Amino acid sequence: MRKIVLALSISGALLLAACGGSSSSDTTGAAKLAAGSGNECTAGKTLSDGVLTIGTGSPAYGPWVSDDKPESKEGFEAAVAYAVAAELGYSDTNVKWVRTTFDEAIQPGKKSFDFNLQQYSITAERKKTVSFSDGYYTTNQAIVGLTDSAAKDATTLADIKKLKLGAQSGTTSLDYIANVIKPDTDPFVYDDNAGAKAALEANQIDAAIFDLPTALYVSAVEIEGSAVLGQFPTDATAKADEFGMVFDLDNPLVDCVNTALAAIKSSGVLEEITTTWLSSKAEIPVIK
Amino acid sequence: MASTTSRRAAYDQARKRRSIAVATVSSLIVVAAIVLLVPRMPRWDRVRQSFFNGERFRDSFPRLLDAFVLDVKIFAWSAPLILILAMLVAMARNSRSPALFPVRALTIAYTDIMRGVPIILWIYLIGFGVPGLGLDRPWNSPLLWGSVALILTYASYVAEVFRAGIESVHESQRAAARSLGLSNWQTMRFVVVPQAIRRVIPPLMNDLVSLQKDVALVSIIGPIEILRQAGIDKALFANFTPYIGAAVIFLCITIPLTRTTDYLVERERRRMTGTRVR
Repeated sequence: MRKIVLALSISGALLLAACGGSSSSDTTGAAKLAAGSGNECTAGKTLSDGVLTIGTGSPAYGPWVSDDKPESKEGFEAAVAYAVAAELGYSDTNVKWVRTTFDEAIQPGKKSFDFNLQQYSITAERKKTVSFSDGYYTTNQAIVGLTDSAAKDATTLADIKKLKLGAQSGTTSLDYIANVIKPDTDPFVYDDNAGAKAALEANQIDAAIFDLPTALYVSAVEIEGSAVLGQFPTDATAKADEFGMVFDLDNPLVDCVNTALAAIKSSGVLEEITTTWLSSKAEIPVIK
Repeated sequence: MASTTSRRAAYDQARKRRSIAVATVSSLIVVAAIVLLVPRMPRWDRVRQSFFNGERFRDSFPRLLDAFVLDVKIFAWSAPLILILAMLVAMARNSRSPALFPVRALTIAYTDIMRGVPIILWIYLIGFGVPGLGLDRPWNSPLLWGSVALILTYASYVAEVFRAGIESVHESQRAAARSLGLSNWQTMRFVVVPQAIRRVIPPLMNDLVSLQKDVALVSIIGPIEILRQAGIDKALFANFTPYIGAAVIFLCITIPLTRTTDYLVERERRRMTGTRVR
């Protein structure tokens, strides 16, 4: 077993070397570290030496992680995680995935991951409990309804106020309903997309609110007969929803990850990943 | 009252004082251990920040109270229906007429199935499934069907409590009632059931306390009640304090409820057994 691991890490290191080594580090510092097991910034800051432990949802779903298999690098967040890991000097074999629920990531005890990404919106309030990286994606909210329902003709905020809305618990979509849409009747709240789907089909709600990439995914893959009816503009009243990676409070690794994020932003890698995995928002009508 | 202090009374007094002193000292030691030791744990600050955050508590509490109104409503309309349905089921199950065999078989199947399946499944199945058959608003309301699911499950538990009560009434009571010329139904109504209910008040109150908490399960099909509101606030602020707020509100209901039960049970016991041995 140990031989296999060794062989894997060597082959990973070779692969990385062959690619010219994606870590941007001065050679003297990197020389002390085994290739593919982190750069000098991350040294001594990860849970286990030489390995980057990344948390994701349980289950993780599209378009963020394809088929609940983050190690396949398929899906937006999986791809971002591996791009950041590479930037930090970790070979793919030295990236370990763990699964956590939302609550496990925000509980006060020691974390089982170095960082966790599952569409956590960065808010000032949450920063009191956990640390966030800089944002890796900015989204707006969108409305999903059945194409043959009362919701299909809602094109303005005034129309949407009259609808019975649903959202997933713990999302900024729910926050958006309460603070921006302010519907006439209280929204219904579900644990997951399955609940929102069942409620749409049972006509208990007219429409559901998701962040736009989730809305596009849910309407295309999960809820038959539904469509993204519109996207909400991001203006002064509606603060943009920025996703960041979650760390244990005051984890020194945050700075390293932020440097890596800045690098993949400026090199265009992040944009490339975004266009690969997240559908274009352009054709979705904007709610007035 | 005790104008003449007998040696016996003096002894009792001394013992009482001594036991109060011991109880006080041992309680103080436990409290001191908690107060002194827990904050010395390495991450106590984080835990306090996450669970006992005063600012979050004050911020969430009014919203939690608002949401709790819904819990109270669901409880208020479910509890009487549960008791009625449960009593009907229990009486049907205890019926003696051979013609009612299919009813008895049905009630056995009902209690077995309802109790054997997690309540959460019934709430999903009835709360989403029945409205999914094509009912229109307001008849597809998750509140309505969620309550139906609660009533059906809880009635099966409470029916068993009632059945135990009915079976605990001695056969001679029935025999006596029948020999006085009461019909089967009258025997049930005036002799057996009144005694049965009195005997099962403690387990019954137990079920009601647990119903009062399980009402929160209706939130999985949409309605925002107190636990859901606490969950929303938890996610919004990445802080678990709102659950403490919810717990405080629940305790304000359940503690008086259980103390009342204790009082009722005690009163009943005194009435039935006379004096108490000291």
